[in-house]
Amino acid sequence: MDTCIQKIREIAFQLLDKKEVERVIGFSNGTIPMATSPITIASKQDTEKLVFNSTCGLNLANYIRQQKGKIAVIAKGCDSRNIVTHIIENQVKRDQIYIIGVPCKGMINKSKIKALFEDEILKFTEDGETLTVESSLKKEKLNKKDYLRDNCRLCQHRNPVIYDVLAGEPVEEQVLDTPYPDVEKIAALDADARWLHFQELTKNCIRCYACRNACPLCYCPTCFVDESGPQWVGKGQDKTDVNTFHFLRAFHCAGRCTDCGACAEACPMDINVRDFTRKLNKDAFDMFGWEAGLDQTKRPPLDAYSPDDPNDFIK
Amino acid sequence: MGNLLEHMGIERDRIHFSWISSAEATKFVDVVKEISNKVRALGPNTKLVKDYN
Repeated sequence: MDTCIQKIREIAFQLLDKKEVERVIGFSNGTIPMATSPITIASKQDTEKLVFNSTCGLNLANYIRQQKGKIAVIAKGCDSRNIVTHIIENQVKRDQIYIIGVPCKGMINKSKIKALFEDEILKFTEDGETLTVESSLKKEKLNKKDYLRDNCRLCQHRNPVIYDVLAGEPVEEQVLDTPYPDVEKIAALDADARWLHFQELTKNCIRCYACRNACPLCYCPTCFVDESGPQWVGKGQDKTDVNTFHFLRAFHCAGRCTDCGACAEACPMDINVRDFTRKLNKDAFDMFGWEAGLDQTKRPPLDAYSPDDPNDFIK
Repeated sequence: MGNLLEHMGIERDRIHFSWISSAEATKFVDVVKEISNKVRALGPNTKLVKDYN
């Protein structure tokens, strides 16, 4: 995937040079190895700052709202689906966004790699499918496939669904017989065990809201957790409030989540917030045959009525 | 919503949805009776309940 970056820089340079767009949103190197952060570039000289590799796990669709003028954005498969969702939800206009699509072979699970090392990782390089990670104590060569994030492992839309230009050759899509093994595993437990699972999952949550802030779906001007009149949920660390936050945030993403993994990526406590949203994604697919962000012309299931909608839950 | 609550471990019988017209008094009574009986059978809820003590 490293090879894409030259093409991305070239495209970005041309766009800024010809003043076709005012800014380009992409990734740049962070301050520590394995960290990349979103960057907005307005001058063609800065295109050298752009990077793209397997650590670009955040979702850039989160940064395209409320921008003035035409902007270009670099989009993986999931980012492009969130751009479609933004268009459907009238957050951006299609003609305001120039999409540089990047076929994606998955992003890496940084926590899993960090767990291999006792000390701080000092260097991370990537060559095709091989990752080389170094600390002061050791150097490991890893196969990228073994260290993919869970959502990337289960991804069925690696290629951008919408784009103006592609920065690489389309990659082969995965076809999965069981796309939701994680949800099924939890569903197989009894009610108390499921409750325990979610209690364990959220017990380290510090309510920093990084998951919400990283999520391209969470764009309410005032989030329900920040409302004070009425105060929907307590502000503290009480486990009921923590659970209420996660449950409601997930539900606000019902039928909209693309499982981009930005929430889990952003979590400083390594909580797999996706356990909540994945269930809703599975339900949206099972009940409405719906996967978010695939088609600009279709309304999402929760804002469209059809006489065929399942309604066994209403008595 | 019911499905996600159930997935999280809240008992299904605690969550009820119904559509009752203002003219359907008897249906309202029936539904409330059914809900009460089901919830009573489950006993007090301890999940998602704040302990202020």
